[in-house]
Amino acid sequence: MKLSILLVAALSIVSVSNAQKFFTKTGKISFDATAPKSPENITGVNKTSICVIDTKTADIQFSVLMKGFEFERALMMEHFNENYVESDKFNKTTFKGTITNNESINYTKDGVYPAKVKGKLDMHGQSKDIETEGKITVKAGKIEVSASFIAQFDDFKVVIPQLVADKVAKFAKIVVDCTLDPLAK
Amino acid sequence: MILLTSNAVKAQDKDLLDLVDTDKPKKEVVKNAFKSIRVINGHSMEFLSPGTMDFRILHRFGQFNIPNTFAGFDQASMRIGLDFGVTRYLQFGFGRSTFKKEFDGYIKLAPIRQSTGHHAFPATIALVGGMTLNSLPYADPTIHNYFSSRLAYYGQVIIGRKFSEGITLQVTPTIVHNNIVPLASQPNDVYAVGFGGRLKMNKRTAFTWDYFYVLNGIQKDANNLPLNFNPLSVGVDIETGGHVFQLHVSNSAGMNERAFITETTGDWKKFDIRFGFNLSRIFQISHKK
Repeated sequence: MKLSILLVAALSIVSVSNAQKFFTKTGKISFDATAPKSPENITGVNKTSICVIDTKTADIQFSVLMKGFEFERALMMEHFNENYVESDKFNKTTFKGTITNNESINYTKDGVYPAKVKGKLDMHGQSKDIETEGKITVKAGKIEVSASFIAQFDDFKVVIPQLVADKVAKFAKIVVDCTLDPLAK
Repeated sequence: MILLTSNAVKAQDKDLLDLVDTDKPKKEVVKNAFKSIRVINGHSMEFLSPGTMDFRILHRFGQFNIPNTFAGFDQASMRIGLDFGVTRYLQFGFGRSTFKKEFDGYIKLAPIRQSTGHHAFPATIALVGGMTLNSLPYADPTIHNYFSSRLAYYGQVIIGRKFSEGITLQVTPTIVHNNIVPLASQPNDVYAVGFGGRLKMNKRTAFTWDYFYVLNGIQKDANNLPLNFNPLSVGVDIETGGHVFQLHVSNSAGMNERAFITETTGDWKKFDIRFGFNLSRIFQISHKK
C-alpha cells in the first residue's frame, strides 16, 4: 500500500517535471473599452479562455469563445455579441504566437520571468500582428501568464457608431491572466 | 479513417489548441430573434435576459383619415408597462392602457427554446397566459354588477424560428375569453391565429409585421358589413443602444391581446390606419454573481 502511494507520488512528480506543454481551460481574459467620459463601464470578462504553452518550442496560443464574455448588464452582452463582434459569425478569437525570449525562462525553477510575446490575433474575421510584454510566473509546477495590450477596433473592423461613441472607446485594453497546469500527454 | 488523417494533418500544423480544445459545442439558446419582446402588438418568441426589466411606453395615435387632427396626431392612446425576465425561459409583465382604463398582465413560459449545439432544437415553443381588467365605471350601476364581468383572459402558443440572422417568423394560435360581451350574438371565446415576422435590414434596423387572423370574432352589422377587422401592423424596429423604438402603422389601437384581437375597428382598405410606436428601455435590476 505504502509502496503504491509512493509510486504514484513519484510518477506524478516525474510527469510534472517532465511536462513540456502547459494548458488551461479556465483562463481569465478581460477587456475595458470604456470611453473617457462614459457614465457606465464597458468591460467584459471571459473566464473560460483556453491557453496552451509549449515550453520547448516557445509556442503560445489562446482561444477565446466570444459568447463566453460576461458583462455587468445583460444588454451589453447582447449588443457585444450581436452588434459589435458578431459572435454568430465569428465565434472565436484566437492568438497564435511565440515567446521570443523563451530561452531566458526556466520553466523548472520557481520565479517571475519577463516575457516577450509576438504573434497573430484573429478576431472578427480580421488578423493582426500583436507584440507585447508580459510576465510568466513559475510556481509549484504551474505557470501563470499575465499580459496586457491594446486592440484598436479599426484593425478588426469592429464599428462603434457615433451614437454610442460617448460610452464605447475606439480601442480596448485587453488583460490576460491565466494559470496553466501541466498537460499530461 | 478520414477523421484520423484530418487529426494528423492538424497535428502537423502544430496547433496546440487542438490538444485541449476537444469539447463538443455546448447547447446555446438562439437569441435576438426579435429586437424586442413584442413583434409589434403581439408577443414575440424573444425573452428578456434574466434579471432585466423592460420599461415600455406605447402610443397609438388617431387614424390618418380623420380630418383636422393633423393626421391623427391630435389623439393619442397609450399603455405603460413593465416586463421582467426571470430566467431564460420565464418572463412576466403588466401594464395599463388608457383605452377602457384597462390593466393587463401575463406570464410567458418557454418549455423549449430554439438552440444550437448539443440537443439543438429548431424552434422556440412558448406559452403565454394573460388577463385583462377593465376599470371603467360600470355601464349600468343600477343593476348588480359582478367584478368578473371586468375580466378577460387570453392564452397563446408561440411557435417561432429564427431562420437566419435576417429572417425570423412565428405563428401564434391564440384564444381570448371575454367574461362578458356587449351583444348576445358575440362569442365569449374568440379564436385567432397570429403571424409575425422580422426582416433585419442592418445591425440596428429591422422591418417587422404582425397579423392576427380572427377565426370567429368578426361582427357584422345589419348590412352584413364587418364591424371589426383582423389587426395588421407593419413597422420598423430601430435600436439605438439603450432604447428600442418600434415605429409602425396599424389598423388597431389596442395594446393588449383582448383589445387588438377583438376590438380592431379600422379597415386597411379604407385607410383607417394610424401611426404608433413602442418605446422600450431595458434596465438591469439584478446582477448575477
